[in-house]
Amino acid sequence: MMWTLGPIGFTAPWLLVALAALPILWVLLRAVPPAPIRRRFPGVALLLGLADEDSQSDRTPWWLLLLRLLAVAAVIVGFAGPVLNPQAARDGKGDLVIALDGTWAGAANWQARMDRVNALLTEAALADRRVAVVALTDLPSDTLPFTAPNEWQNRLPNLQPKPWQPQDAADYFSAQQGSFETYWLSDGVDFEGRDTLLEALEAAGSVTVFQTPQLTIGVRPARFEDGQVIVSATRTPVGAAYETQITAVGLDPAGVERQLATVPLAFEAGDADAETAMVLPPELRNRITRFEITGNRSAGAVSLTDDALKRREVALIAGSDSREGLELLSPLYYLREALEPTADLIDGTLSDILLANPDVVVLADVATLSETETDAVHDWVENGGMLLRFAGPRLAASDLGRNQEDPLLPVRLRSGGRTVGGAMSWGEPKTLAPFENDSPFFGLPIPEDVNVTSQVMAQPDPTLADRVIAQLADGTPLVTRKITGEGQVVLVHVTANAEWSSLPLSGLFVQMLERLAVSTRPATPDATELAGTTWLPNKVLDAYGRLEDGSALPGVAGEMLATAAPGPLLQPGLYAGNDRQLAVNVIGSETLLSVANWPARIAVEGMATMRETALKGWLLSAAILLLLIDVIASLAVGGRLRGPRADVAALLALMMFSAPDAQAQTDDAFALRATSQVVLGHVITGNAQADEIAEAGLLGLSQTLFRRTSIEPSAPIGVDLETDELAFFPFLYWPITADQPLPSHDAYAKLNRYLRAGGMIMFDTRDADTARFGSGSPEGRKLQAIARSLDIPALEPVPSDHVLTRTFYLLQDFSGRYASRDVWVEAAPIGATQIEGMPFRNLNDGVTPVIIGGNNWAAAWAVNANGSPMLPVGRGMAGERQREIALRFGVNVIMHVLTGNYKSDQVHVPDLLDRLGQ
Amino acid sequence: MTAPLNLRADAESLAAPLPALLAEAEHLASTVLLGDHGRRRAGVGDTFWQYRPAQPTDAARSIDWRRSARSDSNFVQDKEWQIAQSILLWVDQAASMGFQSGDLPSKGNRARMLGLATAILLIRGGERVGLTGLRLPPRRGEAQIMQMAQILSEDSDHDYGAPETQGMLPHSRALFISDFLGDIAPVEEALLRAADRGVRGALLQVLDPQEEDFPFDGRTIFTSMTGALEHETLKAGDLKQRYLDRLAERKDRLTHLARTTGWQFQTHHTGQPATTALLWLYGALERRT
Repeated sequence: MMWTLGPIGFTAPWLLVALAALPILWVLLRAVPPAPIRRRFPGVALLLGLADEDSQSDRTPWWLLLLRLLAVAAVIVGFAGPVLNPQAARDGKGDLVIALDGTWAGAANWQARMDRVNALLTEAALADRRVAVVALTDLPSDTLPFTAPNEWQNRLPNLQPKPWQPQDAADYFSAQQGSFETYWLSDGVDFEGRDTLLEALEAAGSVTVFQTPQLTIGVRPARFEDGQVIVSATRTPVGAAYETQITAVGLDPAGVERQLATVPLAFEAGDADAETAMVLPPELRNRITRFEITGNRSAGAVSLTDDALKRREVALIAGSDSREGLELLSPLYYLREALEPTADLIDGTLSDILLANPDVVVLADVATLSETETDAVHDWVENGGMLLRFAGPRLAASDLGRNQEDPLLPVRLRSGGRTVGGAMSWGEPKTLAPFENDSPFFGLPIPEDVNVTSQVMAQPDPTLADRVIAQLADGTPLVTRKITGEGQVVLVHVTANAEWSSLPLSGLFVQMLERLAVSTRPATPDATELAGTTWLPNKVLDAYGRLEDGSALPGVAGEMLATAAPGPLLQPGLYAGNDRQLAVNVIGSETLLSVANWPARIAVEGMATMRETALKGWLLSAAILLLLIDVIASLAVGGRLRGPRADVAALLALMMFSAPDAQAQTDDAFALRATSQVVLGHVITGNAQADEIAEAGLLGLSQTLFRRTSIEPSAPIGVDLETDELAFFPFLYWPITADQPLPSHDAYAKLNRYLRAGGMIMFDTRDADTARFGSGSPEGRKLQAIARSLDIPALEPVPSDHVLTRTFYLLQDFSGRYASRDVWVEAAPIGATQIEGMPFRNLNDGVTPVIIGGNNWAAAWAVNANGSPMLPVGRGMAGERQREIALRFGVNVIMHVLTGNYKSDQVHVPDLLDRLGQ
Repeated sequence: MTAPLNLRADAESLAAPLPALLAEAEHLASTVLLGDHGRRRAGVGDTFWQYRPAQPTDAARSIDWRRSARSDSNFVQDKEWQIAQSILLWVDQAASMGFQSGDLPSKGNRARMLGLATAILLIRGGERVGLTGLRLPPRRGEAQIMQMAQILSEDSDHDYGAPETQGMLPHSRALFISDFLGDIAPVEEALLRAADRGVRGALLQVLDPQEEDFPFDGRTIFTSMTGALEHETLKAGDLKQRYLDRLAERKDRLTHLARTTGWQFQTHHTGQPATTALLWLYGALERRT
């Protein structure tokens, strides 16, 4: 029996009588003071006879009483079973059909609908009616499944909305026999055939509609216009101005789904449609997988993107630019012209380009790649990249793919290539043969005027036939293709310019690039284009706008994809086929949303059932919380909240009232330390002793620099190649130990970037005492292994006029702890000759990126904490002299690093003085 | 309560850094027992005082033949007259001394250790040390220390102790160590009686830091250590100031009493290092009034 008080009902109202006992409790509690503590205390003799000044605290303080009374009241009220918004009953007789629209429009508050259905089922159970719950988007296969309401209550969780509109519900219901009452939970969006469905239902009995006005927003497919992505949305009902946000979601480079961009989308008052533009860099734009309205859980608020939005990133790399200026002969000119309208072109060096992970890399007549580049490109192809190579004189002249198949060429090549129809050869220029059925170019018309005068030839091979996708009239391959991993390597056996054939001049060239998916295809295919193809659902969208795996669903015919509206057979989602993806969205570019309006004879009730909320749990929790506070407060009043107890109480209070907040701290200390002053770095080798000496050595060198020059470095830093940023250091000292591990690929990339950007690494094998020119050492071999993948230029022993000999001190010895002359630096450019009468050659270019030697300089520089030398050098005063020379060499090196070739410029001083008339 | 051996070991380690404590000998004539206090005249003792010509009354074996051989007459070697001082200790063993707060040692522990350490120093210095009362009259030697440790380890079941004045030799020295929180009258009486006999000495009040701070609050029943005394309060915090006033008054009283009788008075807390108290005792017993 429910007794209600405003919006709150009580299941056991009689318990509330106990509230009357509260005043008695007040009196009782107030009379009882807090229990005393017994303390043994010798000073009691001095206390005897001291009376309390006031008798205030012999009673419990009023606030503590109030706290306790509140706790007791909360317990009483809690057990009285308070319920917020208790439900009133509805009556009716006979069979009942509860029909739900079950579309995506209702997904956003599906739970509210289920609660409503649940409430209706509870009422039906009380009235002892048979019920059938039917979702119009997912109709039962035969007659209406009337059964007991509580059985339906168990099955309710299985009822899910679908991401499409009801399609043939009217037919289904008009075929049903018998009479029944209908409760129709509408999603508020009109759909085709709703009127006929209503008539069919009314024929069977009375209809009550439950519908709440709600804003439904659908996102239309985005389109690409003038470098911008245009996203638009439609809404119903059309009303006042409304602003929401639309988010582009995609995978970040780590493969994690992220919000890539968010733009506001404003509906004007009275407008059904709104549109906004997103300007995104191509890299980001190509990552977009869908657009969605922020915070709107429904399939209509999600728009999947397919290839139509993507602009492929194409990297163009030509063999050499020695013929700069002859634009029309440039190997890339025609490619650029063909691709510019439809693709994003990237320029740069191969290693830089691969970082951007382009879709296609075009190598026009590039024969040789370095080993690391080859590996990198190969990895990239394996991961889905497309490598498109064009032949040319350089490729024809190279030995690439002669004896065995090159991983980056689809076929083996014969040396030299062939020329037909030229001035010095017999025969006519060759034309193209029609494309085979299985070729991606199948169906493209072949213009008459395309002919080929030169080509590189493939070695006959068992696999050759499979790999040819276009050939000349005489059966020699023109385009060959090899699938590697997830990617492919395509070779066009002619040049990308018009030198070897007229193919690049024809429209066929553009079409072929398009078919090869090098350039982007036009937006939406039409039914004729898709005729006869089958598309497999890759991902399908559920009504809540979540993507799910669709691989278990059957394929869909291409025509249906182009024409049909989404339904059970064509679920919205991403469909893959024929090397491309098509998106089927709930809202098309033409879809209109409108409000479902009902005739006046239909009773329309609101959806908003206030949910019954049992407050018992909340009240009891509140009571416990109050009692906890009471514990602490009582302790405080009783004087027992001292020492460790106070700490515990404070901790309890903290735990109760504060959530621990995770602190995110970023540590830029390393960067700050390395960049706020000049800092010398040494590479951490993992050998504790070598690292210690290197650190001490750089410390000694830093102190010497501080004392003698205007360079004032701070304490040196050990650099971990794998984790630390190298760009902060002008100079790295790298002691080589025989057992140090080789750097990882990332570290090599970092090192090469460092060397290219002007850093200097001083390799010290520390073995000049044993290893001289001609005899190897483990450290030397390790250095060779390390340096193999480094971008180190040609080297030479330090020439006597090298700028290192005079950047600060005039030196000809580069001794460290050992005094060997074998110190190597970047070789001077060929052709640098000494001018008569000049002391030095005119070598003005660059700082040597490496100094390689074995003199164990750090050991000679090393100082301990007191500033005295750490290790002995040589013997007696001669040794000290050698240490001094070592320090001077160090000063010269750092000066060279920091001032570059400044001292080298002094060779011009005589000239300048001469001009000044001296 | 405390094992005598432990007590002695603690006291020994406390006394170790200090030089032998020589109580000033004021009235050497009043005791007849030998000690190390030279009386600046010839008499019985160990140290050389002077050579004097032999008198006919001198026994032949008292003649110093080595000195006599250098001249024609005979000489006798006089020794300096040396006499020991008697020092009597009273260490409160009542239950109130058993109070301790936190990790600190109990007052009784500290008091016993200080008392025994002083005794060790004095005995090392050649004094005769005993306890007031008749159980341990002043004697010298290491055995006395052991016995004293034995007796000091006993606990009394009284709440508060009162100084024992029996067995106090006239013009000797005395040292009373207690918390002096109990009735002040017996202390007063004991001091006056001691002063009457010409006994000088030192009062050391050992208190726990809690007794100094009174860090209590809320409704509390304070009981003495045996539970014989009780005081209930509803707001212990309010009593603090008045308690502290009374404590200060008690200290004043003791100071005053000490001044009138020529004694020294000092308060020591168990929270402080014991050495400071020992140093003060060293100074107080050495002092010449």
